Amino acid sequence: MDTQTAPGRFGRFGGRYVPDTLVSALLELEEAYAEARKDATFEEQVAQVLREFVGRETPLTPARRLTEKWGGAEVWLKREDLAHTGAHKINNTIGQVLLARRMGKKRIIAETGAGQHGVATATACALFGMPCEVYMGALDVERQALNVFRMKALGATVRPVESGSRTLKDAMNEAIRTWVSQVTDTHYVIGSAAGPHPYPTLVRDFQSVIGKEVRTQSLVAFGRLPDALIACIGGGSNAMGLFHPFVEEKDVRMVGVEAGGHGLDSGEHGASLTLGKEGVLHGTRSLVLQDEHGQIQEAHSISAGLDYPGVGPELAHLAKQGRLEVRTATDDEALAAFYEVCRTEGILPALETSHAFARAAELARELGKGKHLVINCSGRGDKDVATIAARGIPAATGQEKE
Amino acid sequence: MSTEIADAFARAKARGEGALVAYAMAGDPDLPRSVEVFCAMAEGGADILEVGVPFSDHISDGPVIQGASERALKSGTTLLRVLDEVVPAVRARFPQVPLVVMTYLNVVMALGEERYAKLARERGVSGTILPDLPPDESDELRAIFDAAGMNLVPLCAPTSPPARAEMIASQARGFTYAVSVMGVTGMRTELPASLSERLELLRKVSPVPVVAGFGIATAEQARVVGAHADGVVVGSAIVRAAHTDGPAAARQVCEEIKRGLKR
Repeated sequence: MDTQTAPGRFGRFGGRYVPDTLVSALLELEEAYAEARKDATFEEQVAQVLREFVGRETPLTPARRLTEKWGGAEVWLKREDLAHTGAHKINNTIGQVLLARRMGKKRIIAETGAGQHGVATATACALFGMPCEVYMGALDVERQALNVFRMKALGATVRPVESGSRTLKDAMNEAIRTWVSQVTDTHYVIGSAAGPHPYPTLVRDFQSVIGKEVRTQSLVAFGRLPDALIACIGGGSNAMGLFHPFVEEKDVRMVGVEAGGHGLDSGEHGASLTLGKEGVLHGTRSLVLQDEHGQIQEAHSISAGLDYPGVGPELAHLAKQGRLEVRTATDDEALAAFYEVCRTEGILPALETSHAFARAAELARELGKGKHLVINCSGRGDKDVATIAARGIPAATGQEKE
Repeated sequence: MSTEIADAFARAKARGEGALVAYAMAGDPDLPRSVEVFCAMAEGGADILEVGVPFSDHISDGPVIQGASERALKSGTTLLRVLDEVVPAVRARFPQVPLVVMTYLNVVMALGEERYAKLARERGVSGTILPDLPPDESDELRAIFDAAGMNLVPLCAPTSPPARAEMIASQARGFTYAVSVMGVTGMRTELPASLSERLELLRKVSPVPVVAGFGIATAEQARVVGAHADGVVVGSAIVRAAHTDGPAAARQVCEEIKRGLKR
C-alpha cells in the first residue's frame, strides 16, 4: 500500500497549510532531509546515537502474566519506556536535532504537551550543545511539573503559553508564531507525526525504528510477524513509528486507541479519528475536533499527551482506508489499565500508554490463543504520578496475585 | 471577476493617494458595535475594509488580533453571522468601499468553500485573505473562487525569493499582499530596510495592485512604505484603538494613516 499519494499527501490529507513566511523553511527542510537520507553517514550517525546514548534497541518483553490474565493472544510489550528520557519521543528529537545541525541552524524550538517531547528535545539539545526553547500550555506546565523541572535542568527555556485552552494546541500555535519571526536561523522540532509537510513524514521515519525493531525481534522471539499491533494515538508519533514498517503487511492488524476522556458522548475527549471532521489545523489537512463553524474544540484527556484536537494526516488516511482500526479508552479505563499493568507486570506505564493497554485485553481475546499481540509501551508513567495519586490509590485486591 | 477592488485602488490613485486597507475584527466587542467600527473606518478614509472573522487558532496573528478574536468568539461571532449581520450593514452605508474577508482556511472549509464563495459574493464581499493558505495549496480554492467572482488575495512573505514572489503575484486576484516583516501581525517600531526593494520588485510582476501590511501603525510608516506600494494594510493599531476607545478612535487612526498616504 502506497500511503504517500503525492509529496506530503496521504490521500486527501496532509499538505502544507502555513503562512507563506514558513514555506521557504519547509522547502529547505524537505530538501535537507532528502539529502540526508541519501547520505549513509547521516543514517549511521543517528543509529550510533540511538545505540550509545538512547540505549536502543529497546526490548520486546513477553508479558506473561497479562497474557495469562487476559486469556487470549500472547502479549508482547515494545519497551519504549526504557529508552533514555522514558519515552519514544527521543528517537525523533535526536534525528531532527542532528538534521538541524547539518542544516547549520543555530537554535531549536519545540512545543510540548505532556512534556515528554520537550524533555527529549532539551536532552538532544544538551547533548549537541544547542540553545533550546520549549513552548508549553500553562495548564500543562501546572500538571507536568516534573517534566518542567527536567527541561530547565537540561538547560532549556520553558515558555508557558496562556492563550486559548492553555494546552498542547496553543503551545503549537505559539511555537509556529515564534518560528515565523525567527525562521532563518531556527529549527522547529515538531514531536507529533502532524504539522505541515515534511514533518509527518520526517517524524514517522525517525520513529519507524520502533516498528523495524519489532519486526526483527518478533522473528527471533516467535518466528513470525505479530498478528496485531496496538498503540495509543494523540498526534500519532508512537503509533506511526510502530505501524509504518507493517503497513504493507495486510495480515498484521493495526489498532489505534484514542483518548475517550469522559466518554465520547460527553464532548470531552481527544478522539479526532473517531469523531473529527476534515479540516486544517497546524499546517495539515486531517481530521479535527471542531464545531459546526470551524472553531477548533478543546480536547480533553487525563493524559496531557493525548489532549490534542487533531491527528497526523497519515493516520487519518489509514483510518479512512480501513487499514487502521480505531478504538477509544476513557480516562477511567486508562487509569484502571495503569494499575493493572503496574501490578501484573511490574511496569509503570505513562497515562498515554495506558490507553493502549486499556483496549489490549479485549483485542488479545479477539485474537485468541496462539496469536501474538504487540503493545507499544510508549512511555513510563513517572511524570503522571501526581495526577494519578490525586485520584487515590486503590488497595491491592489480591486478584493481581496468581 | 468583481471589479470593486480595482475601482477602489483607481479612485485612490486618481486622488493622488496610496490606498488604505483597514482591518478590524468582526464581532469585537459584538456584531452591531463592530459594524460601527467598520463604518467609522470608512468615514476615516479607508479605501478597502478588511473584515476579520475570528478563529480559535490564529497562527499568523500577534497578541492584539488574538485578543480581538477571543472577544469576538465570546460574543458569538461566526462566519455566517458576519456575512448576514456585518457585511450587508456596512455595504448599505458605504456602497463604494469594497469588503475583503480575512480568516483562516478551516473556517471557510467548515461552511463549505463553494457555499462560502457564493454567499459572500451575494452579501457583497469582494475578496478573501487566508493567511494559512500559501499559493502552493491554493489552486483548488482559487478555481472555486474564480467561478464565483470572489478574489483570492495572496500573501507574499519576506522569505519568498524573487522567483517565488513572482509566482505568487502572477496568481494574485484583487491585490497582492506583501508581508512586510518576518513574524506575526502587530505594530512595529521599525520596518526592514529591504522592504522597499521587495515592493518595487512585486509591483513589476504583479498584474494587480500591491499593498504592504504587518507592522504598519503610523502615518510616517505609511508614508515611507506607501512610496513603494499601491497602499498599506493597517490592522492591530486600529483594533487596539477600537477596543480601547471605540469607533471614533478607529476613525482617527485611519485619518492619520491617510495623511501619510497623500502623495
